[in-house]
Amino acid sequence: MSILVDKNTRLLVQGITGREGGFHTRRMIGYGTNVVGGVTPGKGGAEAYGLPVFDAMKEAVAITGANTSIIYVPAPFAPDALYEAADSGVALIVCITEGIPILDMMRVKRQLDISGVRLIGPNSPGVITPGECKVGIMPGDIHTPGSVGVVSRSGTLTYEVVNELTLRGLGQSTVVGIGGDPILGSNLVDILRLFEADSATEMVVLIGEIGGSDEERAAEFITHHMTKPAVSFVAGRSAPPGKRMGHAGAIISGGRGTAGEKIRAFEEVGLPVARHPSEVAELVAKTVTK
Amino acid sequence: MKLHEYQAREIFARYGVPLPRGELAYTSQEAYEIASRLGVPVMVKAQVLLGGRGKAGGVKSASNPQAAREMASQILEMSIKGLAVEKVLVVEAVEIEKELYLGVVVDRALCAPVMIASSEGGVEIEEVARVMPERLAKITVDPFLSLRDYQARQLALEIGLGKETVAEWIAIAQGLYRAFVECDASLAEINPLALTREGRLVAIDTKMVLDDNALFRHGDLEALRDLTEEELREREARGQGLSYVKLEGEIGCLVNGAGLAMATMDVIKLYGGEPANFLDVGGGARAEQVAVALRILLSDEKVKAVLINIFGGITRCDEVARGILEALRQVRVEVPTVVRLAGTNEKEGRRLLAHADIETVSTLIEAAQRAVEVAKGG
Repeated sequence: MSILVDKNTRLLVQGITGREGGFHTRRMIGYGTNVVGGVTPGKGGAEAYGLPVFDAMKEAVAITGANTSIIYVPAPFAPDALYEAADSGVALIVCITEGIPILDMMRVKRQLDISGVRLIGPNSPGVITPGECKVGIMPGDIHTPGSVGVVSRSGTLTYEVVNELTLRGLGQSTVVGIGGDPILGSNLVDILRLFEADSATEMVVLIGEIGGSDEERAAEFITHHMTKPAVSFVAGRSAPPGKRMGHAGAIISGGRGTAGEKIRAFEEVGLPVARHPSEVAELVAKTVTK
Repeated sequence: MKLHEYQAREIFARYGVPLPRGELAYTSQEAYEIASRLGVPVMVKAQVLLGGRGKAGGVKSASNPQAAREMASQILEMSIKGLAVEKVLVVEAVEIEKELYLGVVVDRALCAPVMIASSEGGVEIEEVARVMPERLAKITVDPFLSLRDYQARQLALEIGLGKETVAEWIAIAQGLYRAFVECDASLAEINPLALTREGRLVAIDTKMVLDDNALFRHGDLEALRDLTEEELREREARGQGLSYVKLEGEIGCLVNGAGLAMATMDVIKLYGGEPANFLDVGGGARAEQVAVALRILLSDEKVKAVLINIFGGITRCDEVARGILEALRQVRVEVPTVVRLAGTNEKEGRRLLAHADIETVSTLIEAAQRAVEVAKGG
């Protein structure tokens, strides 16, 4: 087992005919992901990378039997793509798009909660279950199958940590990038809950960053609801207040959301916090040998 | 994007929020003329995109136009936290009975707008939340239903507003919420919202922060951006699609990815250095992006060393190395540079750079240690 994506994933690519969508579709296919088609309004009937292209999600799902969708649609059109995916019958949506307005995302989130469809992202690098299925933009070859679950708010920082895990022979069950935006389909706790229930995951790596209070709620959840060990890293100890650090969600506002607060929350519940990214793999190795 | 008080005032006015009369002045003479036209005692308020201007002496009262001229000339000579004051708002002084608070923010945990009210206005709302949380009232707004009148009424009751003022309060709350939604704000705040001696409500200070991601559909609001207050390099980076934040240290950082860029700064600090900036050059770290990024970060004369930290994934390390070499041909770097490459085809990438006599290291820690050393002249 694993979480969210595996060899039973049947993936549709929304925005398959775009530059980004096309580039990553080829790589997902190359990794072994079962991509069953794509959707681009106005291009139905065409073919892309040997796959059928549809005008609408509903039709695409009906014909291909897809259960998952990935969105590479530009920000102004992404909310519509999200609503369409939620209304199409897929159970999981992964949204790569960066730059969706907050107000749109609050509405999308509300609609998804009502329809019961899970969303990862937006502004996410995606989800990968090594050796089985990659739904995202991460480099597949740095991953290796194993039992460490990774959940993160970041992209390249996650690759960095995963790479070191792999080099030390510590494989991953599933790696989930929840996204760098302030309003997300799934938060850290949502993913921790899945890892806790997953028989293939033996421990969890949590990579947080400044902004919001998701890490504090994760710390709460870990003390009260998790039996599996976890280690963490929080980026942004040196970030100044009031400045957005790249990610729309990475900002210390009103003095809240600092790395210090988050690290304290983790330490208070006995969760080891790495001082720098490569210490994460060391902490995982220590936990495994215990 | 933060708006000035006077800009937020203009927006709130369109949504029916009652405001003291007033105008913007760029010179003390203009302040004198505005105060004369108003014909009443005024407040002269520095317009800077920073909090704490009151404490810094940027808000002063003036009982007549001559005093307004004097106060404006003092304030226009000030600089608050390094920012020169270039304009002042001259508004009629209001006789305040009680200071209240009303604001709309995005609650990230609830994924919804939250309207907050308090009987303790005029101080930072975070401070009220910390010291007297019982004086705060909050309601969550359904983004599809918008603010309902009963919710605004509920807030008024919870903060103990008199019955005779509730209808006016609801109108203001509705106006503020509509301004928040229609401008795609992430914060819209009236602090203080004054209850006057005559029992009227007036918005004394107004604040608005817009969602940068939504500016593409608000050309009129984008035009409100105050370029004089934006750090020059940050503006240039934004124009080039890069994310750059100026800091105070001496080690210039160029990293792909926001999380990794933050982690790089943290490690520099951990090993005794100070980062000069945050800079996310984008996932692929293409040559032209790296060149632009180098130009921007080197224009900061405090930079004594450059640390380039790239994780090569989809764009492999050898491609990244070629990009860095190309960028270094375009931009003359006169301070020591340390490159750390990791990920796919790492060895090949480092070999290419070593051939060109560029110092490479394999771990982030080594990179930080080395950068700190060379920045100190080692």
